[in-house]
Amino acid sequence: MTDTAQFCTFFVADRFFGVDVTRVQEVIRYQEMTRVPLASPVIRGLINLRGQIVTALDMRARLGLASLSAGRLPMNVVVRTDDGAVSLLVDEIGDVVEVADDCREDPPETMSAEARELISGIYKLKGQLLLVLDPERAIAEAAVRRGTEN
Amino acid sequence: MSIGDEDIFREFLIESTENLDQLDRDFVALESNPTARERLGGIFRTIHTIKGTSGFLGLSKLEALTHSGESVLSRLRDGELVLTPEITSVLLSMVDGVRRILACVAVDTTEGGEDFSSIVEALDVFLKTPKAAAAQGAGSLGEILLSQGAITQEEVSAALEQQKSDPRKIGTILIERGAVKPDAVLDALSMQNDARAAVSDSSIRVDVGLLDKLMNLVGELVLTRNQILQVAAQGKDTSFVATSQRLNLITTELQEGVMKTRMQPIGNVWSKFPRVVRDIALACKKQVKLDMVGEETDLDRTIVEAIKDPLTHIVRNSVDHGIELPEVRVAQGKPSTGRLLLRAFHEGGQVNIEISDDGGGIDPEKIRQKAVSRGIISPERAQRMSDRESLGLIFMPGFSTAEKVTNVSGRGVGMDVVKTNVEKIGGTVDVQSKPGQGTTIKIKIPLTLAIIPALIVCSNDERFAIPQVSLLELVRLEGEQAMKSIESIHGAPVYRLRGNLLPLVHLNHTLGLPERSGKLEVLNIVVLRADDRQFGLVVDGVNDTEEIVVKPLGKELKGLSAFAGATIMGDGKVALILDVLGLAQRANVISEVRDRNLAGDGAGAETNEESKRAMLVFGVSRDGRMAMPLSMVARLEEFRRDGLERSGGQHVVQYRGEILPLIDLCGTLDSSDVADGDPPLQVVVYSEHGKSVGLVVERILDVVEQTASAMHRSSCPGILGSAVLAGKVTDLLDVHGVIRAQNAHFFDGASAA
Repeated sequence: MTDTAQFCTFFVADRFFGVDVTRVQEVIRYQEMTRVPLASPVIRGLINLRGQIVTALDMRARLGLASLSAGRLPMNVVVRTDDGAVSLLVDEIGDVVEVADDCREDPPETMSAEARELISGIYKLKGQLLLVLDPERAIAEAAVRRGTEN
Repeated sequence: MSIGDEDIFREFLIESTENLDQLDRDFVALESNPTARERLGGIFRTIHTIKGTSGFLGLSKLEALTHSGESVLSRLRDGELVLTPEITSVLLSMVDGVRRILACVAVDTTEGGEDFSSIVEALDVFLKTPKAAAAQGAGSLGEILLSQGAITQEEVSAALEQQKSDPRKIGTILIERGAVKPDAVLDALSMQNDARAAVSDSSIRVDVGLLDKLMNLVGELVLTRNQILQVAAQGKDTSFVATSQRLNLITTELQEGVMKTRMQPIGNVWSKFPRVVRDIALACKKQVKLDMVGEETDLDRTIVEAIKDPLTHIVRNSVDHGIELPEVRVAQGKPSTGRLLLRAFHEGGQVNIEISDDGGGIDPEKIRQKAVSRGIISPERAQRMSDRESLGLIFMPGFSTAEKVTNVSGRGVGMDVVKTNVEKIGGTVDVQSKPGQGTTIKIKIPLTLAIIPALIVCSNDERFAIPQVSLLELVRLEGEQAMKSIESIHGAPVYRLRGNLLPLVHLNHTLGLPERSGKLEVLNIVVLRADDRQFGLVVDGVNDTEEIVVKPLGKELKGLSAFAGATIMGDGKVALILDVLGLAQRANVISEVRDRNLAGDGAGAETNEESKRAMLVFGVSRDGRMAMPLSMVARLEEFRRDGLERSGGQHVVQYRGEILPLIDLCGTLDSSDVADGDPPLQVVVYSEHGKSVGLVVERILDVVEQTASAMHRSSCPGILGSAVLAGKVTDLLDVHGVIRAQNAHFFDGASAA
């Protein structure tokens, strides 16, 4: 018996990502957003999550990918952080998967720099690879980027 | 342990803790009025209740401790003992002991290992002292009857005397003696009961978790309401529309109500300070009177929690370091009792808390020396520091002004921690002090989480909230007027608001939003104040004012100075709250403030040579150009020539109910014959210390930025020098010189003022 981990999975531009399931507060469909002028393009807007204001980060922009084609609405993966909840906007939601720790590997050096700094590990699943996203880093980097742009 | 027992324990803990907090206040109040029976009775009942319940729950140590306390209290209540500071101290330590036991009970329902026998012994000492003669004390029933004029003091005393040998109640005795009618006793008894019941009936205890849950549920309700409203708007069913409108109203009210439940008065934090101040004052052998103003100022629950420790620290510091020993105070001609004032109020969308003492104050020189000796700043830097800057040093880590470390302060938890904690919730701390007169520490907690009134504007189909405190007025220009009244000074739009030049900032432009296309039909200007500077914010539309609940932005958006937070609008959508100061800085409105402030200081205007400043350029003759700092311009006015009058050999006009002397810079006033067709006089109004003078110029040309260093000095009177402004040589007007030449006494009043 090896240790296993559970991940909430989702797709961004056909890439298969996962976030530690204990970090995920909820998954909700597209919500109306309020744009934040002057903020980095990664920050898509603010959503009202039952009275709580949550910042929505565009994962496509964060990963340096082209934005979602017009007419398709992203989903919200709301993750808990030390500073409250943050929503990750993704293309589509997958299942919650349970994977064994022994099929994990570090991200390869050849990945794009933008993607590699967010991905803490890769699980080799049958037929596809699961990229594990570090939500803290995804958020922190978004803040830093804005800082340099200003 | 069964569930039922756990519930009993929890109830017991909650109730006891609450009662104990009240006890602290009561004891301190008692010290100034040791015979207030109502309070003594209240304290006795509280301890009695705890004793009773602890016996029932098998908490023997707690029972023993409270039993001793109860015995002393009952003798105090009956007037057999008179409350002295020593008794108060022991009783307070008993209360502390009860607290510590309760804390242990809260953890694992045991009483903990601490030994309280010393407190019990100390209490028992007072029991052994001989009974004091039954003090003046008429029971509170007697007092009430007395105050109603139903009986006389002699009758009460006689009844009290009889009561010593007679176990019956005083009311019965009084009736029996025929001193008072039974009705009067019944009335007095019911009054007594009413006073006891009134406080407990008006409020109930609610679990905070439940409130948070309610808040979230209301949020959900708001969203559902919105969906129903949308459905209703599409349908044709009028009764459904009416019902949904009603749902709309009720939801909004419910939302507001629930939001308000999260607010707490700051008095909740302050309530423990009388005890804190008393203990420290006693330990330091000082006399301190604590006054509190604005206890009812509402703060969000989370903020109340966050400021508890910083405030306690400041209060401790004030008593320990601030207020001097009574002897010292008397020697300095101050009353021997020091005064500590806590003040809280809402201002400028912020909650202000001030802690001021009338103690020794802080000597900036000492602070500098200390900072140098601790290696916090270099000696050179210390020399350059202003007194105000020096005071700020007390917030540096590792700084303590206390000469010696006492058990009260100077234990390493310094003002730097206070500052850090206050800043953590987005607040600021400031210290003001006058040596020998006292110190005031001002804490400002920004609007975060507080409910504030705000103006809702829209720009580019987005709504923004502007805190009402920054709002001065709204200006709406329509049609032709909208186009014509906006003038441009080198690309910077301005509007003449009652003669003042009001710089305009376009919200869309500042926030990087696309400009509205098409012809401007209407122009909405929101006149705002940032620091002491006004500017006009041009927005697409002005909606309404609303009470909004300010929510902080996430960490990832903190760096955006243009926004103070966000709020959820009535329809459930998020709207950003504009930070007026940040916005002004972004639009470079503020940079001029510095010049304006310096100019206000009088001499400052000429010395500020390095920075750029805005100059008003005007024509004085056909091709003569002159300029003066814009900061010295109070207003630009036009006067009809036939309004010109003479007084004391000067040209004057009537202006705002006063006489405005004119100084003719063009030299045309005397020669000109008044004719109706003549253009009005262009006058630059200069004001200082309530006096104004008008400078008559030929025309106003422009406002330009000037770097003062490029100036050539001039020996010509009335002219400071000349410089190249906007590509042309321009004389710089010596405003003060010109005014002095005309009216030598103009500045006299100013220097005297």
